[in-house]
Amino acid sequence: MERDARVCVIGEDVGHYGGSYKVTKDLANKYGDLRVLDTPIAENSFTGMAIGAAMTGLRPIIEGMNMGFLLLAFNQISNNCGMLHYTSGGQFTIPVVIRGPGGVGRQLGAEHSQRLESYFQSIPGIQMVACSTPYNAKGLMKAAIRSENPVILFEHVLLYNLKERIPDEEYVLNLEEAEMVRPGEHITILTYSRMRYHVMQAAKTLVNKGYDPEVIDIRSLKPFDLHTIGNSVKKTHRVLIVEECMRTGGIGASLTTAINENFHDYLDAPVVCLSSQDVPTPYAGTLEEWTVVQPTQIVTAVEQLCH
Amino acid sequence: MDSIQLMDHGHGKHEITAVSTDPNFSGYLHNNFLSIVPEKSGILLKRNKCKNELGDEFSATCQAMDGLQLVNGLECKIPCNSSKTIGAALGIQSRKERTRINPAIEMALTHRSSNLLKPLSAAVLRRTFSTDTITVETSVPFTGHNCSPPPRTVETTPAELMSFFRDMATMRRMEIAADSLYKAKLIRGFCHLYDGQEAVAIGMEAAITSKDCIITAYRDHCLFLARGGTLVETFAELMGRKDGCSKGKGGSMHFYKKESGFYGGHGIVGAQVPLGCGLAFAQKYSKEEHVTFAMYGDGAANQGQLFEALNMAALWDLPAILVCENNHLVLQMEWGRRNGEQRKSYAYYKRGDYVPGLKVDGMDAFAVKQACKFAKEHALKNGPIGSPVERESSPKGCRRKWPKWGNHCWVARDGCRPSKEVVEVGTSLVGLPEVGQVDGGLPEWRPKKWVWPEEVVELLRWWPILEMDTYRYHGHSMSDPGSTYRKRDEVTGVRQERDPLERIRKLILSHDLATEKELKDTEKEIRKEVDEAIAKAKESPMPDPSELFNNVYVKGFGVEVFGADRKEVKSVLP
Repeated sequence: MERDARVCVIGEDVGHYGGSYKVTKDLANKYGDLRVLDTPIAENSFTGMAIGAAMTGLRPIIEGMNMGFLLLAFNQISNNCGMLHYTSGGQFTIPVVIRGPGGVGRQLGAEHSQRLESYFQSIPGIQMVACSTPYNAKGLMKAAIRSENPVILFEHVLLYNLKERIPDEEYVLNLEEAEMVRPGEHITILTYSRMRYHVMQAAKTLVNKGYDPEVIDIRSLKPFDLHTIGNSVKKTHRVLIVEECMRTGGIGASLTTAINENFHDYLDAPVVCLSSQDVPTPYAGTLEEWTVVQPTQIVTAVEQLCH
Repeated sequence: MDSIQLMDHGHGKHEITAVSTDPNFSGYLHNNFLSIVPEKSGILLKRNKCKNELGDEFSATCQAMDGLQLVNGLECKIPCNSSKTIGAALGIQSRKERTRINPAIEMALTHRSSNLLKPLSAAVLRRTFSTDTITVETSVPFTGHNCSPPPRTVETTPAELMSFFRDMATMRRMEIAADSLYKAKLIRGFCHLYDGQEAVAIGMEAAITSKDCIITAYRDHCLFLARGGTLVETFAELMGRKDGCSKGKGGSMHFYKKESGFYGGHGIVGAQVPLGCGLAFAQKYSKEEHVTFAMYGDGAANQGQLFEALNMAALWDLPAILVCENNHLVLQMEWGRRNGEQRKSYAYYKRGDYVPGLKVDGMDAFAVKQACKFAKEHALKNGPIGSPVERESSPKGCRRKWPKWGNHCWVARDGCRPSKEVVEVGTSLVGLPEVGQVDGGLPEWRPKKWVWPEEVVELLRWWPILEMDTYRYHGHSMSDPGSTYRKRDEVTGVRQERDPLERIRKLILSHDLATEKELKDTEKEIRKEVDEAIAKAKESPMPDPSELFNNVYVKGFGVEVFGADRKEVKSVLP
């Protein structure tokens, strides 16, 4: 925001309150009420408003207080955000960033625990990225703001409290690149967002058991970084996808298809995809745990795949 | 008697040839009237032009050429020393042609030795129109909601009247041509026609500049034309050809013209209104003194996003003017019919509640022009009131700074209730009570909402909702014949009584600006233009297959990638 006067933030409670997860804390004091705009609860309209502003050259960042609320703005995101560049023959660019916390939290209930990656992934014209570490988050956010395309940045409710040392110098990450978290030899585990931590936890167990998993955080959900993934598949010949998305029509489903189509010859075993159950997230803690993939399940899956 | 003999009538033509000139007139012309500059192209009527010192070259030339009238039957003979004359009569041209020929409007009279009669452009001789104002009264008075409506009398000039006629006739002709093209299966999919509603487009365009933005729904062909689109672009886009305004990838519902502030062209009902508020937000953000007209229909008036957008626009004083084109028909349903009841309240202009509204006869181009002008001027003049521009980050409380833009601002007196006093921006506020608390009590971190006294309410919001009472002759789209839910008599009745084109025609005839025949000839010419445009558009090829993947994303993600050591730039993505 300091670098470019056209960048502004639009969302509920982003201004004076500092954001429901304090992401935009103190920005309103620094940049004023117009650049950090508190909106009424009208997702459809303020998303539309941001897109309209982007058509003239501003670079708004739209915050959904929870990703699930962006379903109300689906029309604007799909039809206007994604398609305007195309239907106008290239006349308008829509450099918006749509971001917000999503994913299953701690007993937040069904409607506030949604994973919208699967719904948005078919929209042509938008890019999707998911951040998982503070380092990722900063780099991807900067890249998303500087990008001329509309970008949806998926954050996770439970990851806001992570602390990490990040470099002081400015850095911008590549929006389409996946991150190699842990190189390995036996199996490729593809994951993103919070599941990365479950996978890393499982990886510790696996290493003790003698396996050497290669863990890749795919980061870019649309388009997939098939370059990194492909190289990994060629090395290990086994793929396990661990995601928080729903089983039906989720990111994992698309990724499975993509890997099968492109790297079929390199696979020794079918691609296994571990995803959340196709149920509304229950409130009860134990039930909630069972909807989401747990490290033990990951370990079991790896053991099965590697034999 | 001075005379110039022309070869033909010259209606609707940019150039006509003169055959001969009476030698006396020739002498008068050369010695008294014209001033021929030997060294280079001279300016015709330089003497008259010099009189009009104000303004630029173009307007001075136009004014110098004003007052020249060709009366039927007049025979004039004039020697012309140059064949390089450009026809650019002011009367019957549409705006886009005018701007195109603008730089070439100088009459070039090179110094020639021969005094032979040469063809003279009819520009001098063609019917040009005085800049006298004509006062027109709108058909019905305006009805205001929370605001006092503008006066009924509108001033216009003959030139404007003629341009209205020409533009409207072009639009009418274009829509009818689109109808036949659709039936010939050259246009597929959806085609929503605007004929009957042209006055809204024309009137609005006349009241604003190209920096103001217009955004509308899918009935956008005529608005695109009004904003500077060409006929060829329109037809090519409708037929899905490469030369269309969106390269054939948008179609009937996706016309855009960024340079002239036309933002489309949207298929989903009502979705364009939040976008319009976004355009207004950007205008306010960049502190431009322009407005956005967000247009929607009476069917879309029931969309929730409209009220959301209106709330936000009113909250932040965005210069967005919502225009409801009420053609009394919702898709294929009409109000009053059993199966068609769509809304509880018919007064669309009142739906804004706290936002002022204005009901306008949308079939009268001058009423529309007046209303849009009123909306824009009032919108920009009376700036926002009371909304904090800056917030000082003092934990003890907030001192509101009064708005810096707009010409006036409210000043607080007697406690913290705003008074009706209006002061110029720049007046020192020293000595005036600071504001920041209401109803006593400790100042809060966030300022409380103000309580506005009743008499101030009417001046609070100046971006009114305009309701244009209009009518469409065609069905909702081409798949709808338009006759199942209304009687033919109704359509013919409206055509006879309220047709916008006829209204202008009557005005022109009653003010003697042109004869019936001349208007008919203009229409014939327009028909020819439209046919030519269609032919040209038909020649345009279909888009290349490679265009399928163009413009999905913007080429050049514009991202720099930093290296693994997080220090040096690895590459800039192409």
